Amino acid sequence: MTIQINGTAHALAEAATVADALAAIDAPAKGVAVAVDGSVVRRADWATTPLREGAVVEVLTAVQGG
Amino acid sequence: MDGLVVGGRKIGSRLITGTGGAANLEVLERALVASGTTLTTVAMRRIDAVTGTGVLDLLRRLGIEVLPNTAGCRTAAEAVLTAELAREALETDLLKLEVVADERTLLPDPIELLDAAEQLVDAGFTVLPYTNDDPVLARRLEAVGCAAVMPLGSPIGTGLGIRNPHNIEMIVADAGVPVVLDAGIGTASEAAQAMELGCDAVLLATAVTRAADPELMAHAMRLAVEAGFAARHAGRIPRRYWAQASSPAAD
Repeated sequence: MTIQINGTAHALAEAATVADALAAIDAPAKGVAVAVDGSVVRRADWATTPLREGAVVEVLTAVQGG
Repeated sequence: MDGLVVGGRKIGSRLITGTGGAANLEVLERALVASGTTLTTVAMRRIDAVTGTGVLDLLRRLGIEVLPNTAGCRTAAEAVLTAELAREALETDLLKLEVVADERTLLPDPIELLDAAEQLVDAGFTVLPYTNDDPVLARRLEAVGCAAVMPLGSPIGTGLGIRNPHNIEMIVADAGVPVVLDAGIGTASEAAQAMELGCDAVLLATAVTRAADPELMAHAMRLAVEAGFAARHAGRIPRRYWAQASSPAAD
């Protein structure tokens, strides 16, 4: 299936989870947070939360600011 | 003269620095160390394959606590989502709540700000709102449970100093939570002035990170905040109209 990760299309296996999406962009395990279709998915649920076709995944971290 | 406590949490420095605007992480590191800060703001953005979690790694190495902000949010809903992502990524409930009305002024939108503050306090965050220099809004933010109020001296990044010192004094006079002067500071005398007006701390970024010598300006700001705090508590002399000799009368 195809999903959007931080605005870029990625092809993932069927039944892919949030954890698979993070692996697809080599995201570090710490210091990041994930929103899927506008809702936060907690770290504890990454491995068990399935993605739907066309899901919009945002992976955020802290950058310089403020 | 006890230390600064925000939401039951002891903050080791009265100068809170922002990380925004530094040319690179080496410059930022030198400025942070020179500022003596123990708490510094970060923004939440999409992860970049090149920079990764570099800022966090630096702050962890320096032992500086992170204060995530909601910069870029225009509505309460956006701010609440950003806050939840920050708490999840950074494992802190501290939050600099920022809900601005437009890009030109970057002034807080008071309606959205108060709405977001109330929701986030209910969700268990320690909320430090960036607010207008409005004593009434500051009182309302405290009433919904904010752990501090952070009025601006002037708009973000302008370096125009404290444009309405009397409003800042009124906010200080009324507040039962710490008052942090946030935004608008351009140079050291203005940071000292904030403390002399009775603020509990100063939050600044641009004045240091975009100075010609960020490390030296960070040092200046550290001294200014300490000097202003000491002067506030030393009890200044009253202003007089006419001169008063400081030497004895001539014999």
